[in-house]
Amino acid sequence: MGEYVIKLPDVGEGVAEAELVEWMADIGANVREDEVLASVMTDKATVEIPSPVEGKVVWRAAKIGETLAVGSPLIRLEVDGPGNVKPGAEPAAAPPPKKEEKPELESAKAEPKKTQAKKAATNGAGAARPQFAGAPRAEGEKPLASPAVRKRALDAGVDLRRVRGTGPAGRISHGDLDAYFEAGGAAGGGRGALVRNSSVTDVPVIGLRRKIAEQMEAANARIVPITYVDDVDMTALEELRAKLNDTRKEGRPKLTILPFLMRAMVKAIAEQPHLNSIFDDEAGVIHQHGGVHIGVAAQTPNGLMVPVVRHCEARDIWDCAAEVARLSEAAKEGKAAREELSGSTITITSLGALGGIVTTPVINHPEVAIIGVNKMQTLPRWNGSEFMPRKVMNLSSSFDHRVIDGWDAAVFIQRIKTLMENPAMIFIDE
Amino acid sequence: MTDIECKLLVIGAGPGGYVAAIRAGQLGLDTVIVEAKAHGGTCLTVGCIPSKALIHAADEFEKATHFANGSAIGIEVAKPRIDLKKTVDWKDGIVKRLTTGVGGLLKKNKVKAIEGWAAFVDGKTVRVKTKEGEQTIRAENVIIATGSESIELPFLPFGGDVISSTEALDLPAPPKNLAVVGAGYIGLELGIAFAKMGSKVTVVEALDRILPVWDEALTRPVAKKMKALGMEVLLGARAKGQSGKHLEVETAKGETKKIPVDKILVTVGRTPLTEGWGRENLVLDMDGRHIRIDDQCRTSMTGIYAIGDVTGEPMLAHRAMAQGEMVAEIIAGENRRWDKRAVPAICFTDPEVVAVGLSPDEAKQEGFDVVTQLFPFSANGRAMTMEAEDGFIRCVARKDNHVVLGVQAVGGGIAELSTAFGLAIEMGARLEDIAGTIHAHPTQGEAFQEAALRTLGHALHI
Repeated sequence: MGEYVIKLPDVGEGVAEAELVEWMADIGANVREDEVLASVMTDKATVEIPSPVEGKVVWRAAKIGETLAVGSPLIRLEVDGPGNVKPGAEPAAAPPPKKEEKPELESAKAEPKKTQAKKAATNGAGAARPQFAGAPRAEGEKPLASPAVRKRALDAGVDLRRVRGTGPAGRISHGDLDAYFEAGGAAGGGRGALVRNSSVTDVPVIGLRRKIAEQMEAANARIVPITYVDDVDMTALEELRAKLNDTRKEGRPKLTILPFLMRAMVKAIAEQPHLNSIFDDEAGVIHQHGGVHIGVAAQTPNGLMVPVVRHCEARDIWDCAAEVARLSEAAKEGKAAREELSGSTITITSLGALGGIVTTPVINHPEVAIIGVNKMQTLPRWNGSEFMPRKVMNLSSSFDHRVIDGWDAAVFIQRIKTLMENPAMIFIDE
Repeated sequence: MTDIECKLLVIGAGPGGYVAAIRAGQLGLDTVIVEAKAHGGTCLTVGCIPSKALIHAADEFEKATHFANGSAIGIEVAKPRIDLKKTVDWKDGIVKRLTTGVGGLLKKNKVKAIEGWAAFVDGKTVRVKTKEGEQTIRAENVIIATGSESIELPFLPFGGDVISSTEALDLPAPPKNLAVVGAGYIGLELGIAFAKMGSKVTVVEALDRILPVWDEALTRPVAKKMKALGMEVLLGARAKGQSGKHLEVETAKGETKKIPVDKILVTVGRTPLTEGWGRENLVLDMDGRHIRIDDQCRTSMTGIYAIGDVTGEPMLAHRAMAQGEMVAEIIAGENRRWDKRAVPAICFTDPEVVAVGLSPDEAKQEGFDVVTQLFPFSANGRAMTMEAEDGFIRCVARKDNHVVLGVQAVGGGIAELSTAFGLAIEMGARLEDIAGTIHAHPTQGEAFQEAALRTLGHALHI
C-alpha cells in the first residue's frame, strides 16, 4: 500500500492558481483510472482533473470555492503498490519547493489539456490555443519582447503595450508584431504613431542623368533667362485640328498641337530670325541659322531627351507630325541616332496634360529660346457681351536675355499667339 | 588655430565616448573626439583591463605557490618567484595594444581625435587646450563622457603610501603589508590579487560585510577564499588615518587598532567627474553627484547628451558602451531608447561573482511574487575537475509565469557565463526556456540549466 498525491496541474499558459468548483469523489471513495475527481476553474476555462491511477481518496486539499496554487497537492489516494510519496515525507499544502516527479507530472499534465480542448470545441469557441493567446497584461507591466522585436516596434511607432503576445508568458514575437500590422494595428485598439524615417538612399548620378545635370548646370551658369507667359485661345485651332484628323488621308499621322506650333514658329522666325540662333558666348558670336531645327523635349523611360526635327521650314504640317512621331518613338525605344538628338536651333517643351498653367523652361544651351506648352483647359472667356467656353492654353517661354530683349521676346510670342488663334494664317503665305 | 565645426563632439574617449564616436563615424556623422590621456579611458588604461591582467598574474602565481607545497592533483614545482616589474611591463603592453587599437578604430571610422583637455564655453562651443595651443570646436551635438574618479578620503589623501587603484596597478613589488580601505569590488579584486602575490592584506570595511551592495549569499565563497589566503577582514571598522608605517583603525568594538602598512589602498568608490570641464558654463540638471539624463541620454540642454560614469550608477564600461552606441544612432536620426532589461555586473574576485537582473530581495521589493533556487557547483562535474567547487548559480523568476527576472552566480571563471544570463533575461526567457535548452556537458554552464530546473522543482543532479 502506498500513497499517491495528485497535484493541481498546470491548467493553462500563465495560470498560477485555480478555484475549486466541484468535487466528484468523496473521501473514502474508490476511484478508477481516468475517473474525474474534481473540477477547477481558472479565469479562462473550467478544467476537469482526472485520476491517473486507481485508488481510494484519503485526503482533499480544499473546500469548494477555495483557490489552489498550480502545483500544490489536490488530492491524496491510497493505492496498491508504492505510490509516489515516500512514507513520512511532505505533509500537507505548501507548494514550493515543487518536487514533482516525472510519471505523475506527465499523466496529470496531459489529461486535463485534452479535456480542455474538447470542452472548448463543444462550446464552439474554437481551438484552445487562441483562448490563451494574448492574455491581457496587468496594468503597468512591461511587455516582454526580445531586443530585435522592441527595436522593430520602436521603428514602426508601435507601443508594444498595445500588442498582444502569444508566446510563453505573453512574450511578443515577430509574428505577433506581423499580426498587429496585418490587423491594421487595430488588434489592441490603437494604431501606430507617425514615425520619423531618417533613412537616406544614395543614388549615383550617372549616364543620361549626369548629362542632363551638366547641361542644366551650363544653362543656369551662363544664360540669363527671361520668362514670358501668355495665353492662347485654341478653340479655332482645335476645331481645325479635329477636322483635319477626321478627314486625313490614310497613312498620315494623327495631328497633335505640336506640328501647328512648329509651323507657327517657322513663320514667326521668318520675321525674327535672331531667335533661331546658337550663341557662342566664348567667341562672342551669334550663329543665326537659316534652317529651323526644332528640338522637342520628350520624357523617355531613360530620362529626358530632345530629339530634333530638322528643317521645319521645309516640312509641311503632316511632315512635321510624321517626323515628331518617328523621332519620339525612336527616342523612347532608345534607337535614336546621335545626330537625331543634337543640332537643334530652338526647342519646344511640353508635358501635355501635366503641363500646368505656367512653367519656367530652361533654355537648351547654347540656344537662345525655348517655348513651353502648358495644359489646355476649357475656361469662360468674356467676348464683350457674354462668357463663352473657350479652349485656352498658356505658352511659357524663356529667352536668353543676354542677346534677346524682352521686347523681342514679347513680339515673338504675340506673333505665335496670333497665328495659333487664327490658324488659317499658318497656312497662308502673306 | 582655425576653429573646427562638426556635427558631433565627444568629450572623453573612455569606453562610452570612443564607442559613441566609432558608431557616429560609421553612420557618417562628422565626429570629433577629445581626450586628454590615452584612448580607452579608465577602463583600458587604469581600470578593467590592467586590473584583469594583474589578477591573472596573481592567479597564476598562486597556482604555482600552491603546487610548490605539493597538490592533490599531483603536480609539484619549486618555489615560484614573481617579478612584479615584469608583470607590470607585460600588463602595460596589453594596455598599449588596446589603446592603440582604439585609436586605429577611430581613424578607420573617420573620427577626428584631438589630444587635450576640453572645457565648455557654452552649450555649442568647447575649447580644448592642446600641446599646439587652444582649439575651439563648435558642434551641433555634444556627448559628455568624462567618466569618474576615485573618491579620496580627507583623512587619507592620495599621495605617498596612500594609493588609489591606479597606482596599485603600477607597483614595482607587492607591498609586504597592504591595507585596503573599502571592501567593494575594486578593493577586493586588488586585495585578493596582492594577497596571492604574497602581501599581508588587511581589509577595512565600515559596513558589516564584504561587498555590501551584493547579496550576501554571493559573497560567502569570496569571504571563505579570503580567509584561506590569510587576509584579515575588519568589518564595522573605520580607518582613521595614517601614522608612520601604520594605519589607525577604529574597530567595531570601538578600540583603536594600529595596522602595520607599506601601502594603503583606498577604494571607497568612484564619483562622477563633473568639474574641470566647464560645467559652470552650462545649465545641466543634476541628480545628486551625477548628470541627470532621460531614456535617450539627453541632458536638460538641447543637443547635449551624457553617457557613462558621469551619469551615475551603475558605473560600468558596458553600460557606457551601450549608451554611447545608442546616442550616436539617436543623433544620426534613428529611433532608439534605453529599454535594456538588465546591466550585468561582475566582481573579478576569487571566486568571481556575477549578478544580472534582480536579486530575490530586489524582485520582492519591486512587488514580484518570485520563485528562486540555486544549484551548487559542488554537484557539477566540470567544477570538480577544475577544483572550483565553491559557489553556485541562482535563478530568480516570477512565480506566476516563470519569466526570469535575475540570475546570480559565484564561482571560478563564472564571469564568462554572464553572457548567457544576460541573453536569457534580455530575450524574456522563462525558466522552461533555460531548462529546455541543451547545455553542453561537461561545463559549468550546466549549473545554469540545473538552477532553472531546480527552480521549477525538478533538478536532475541534486
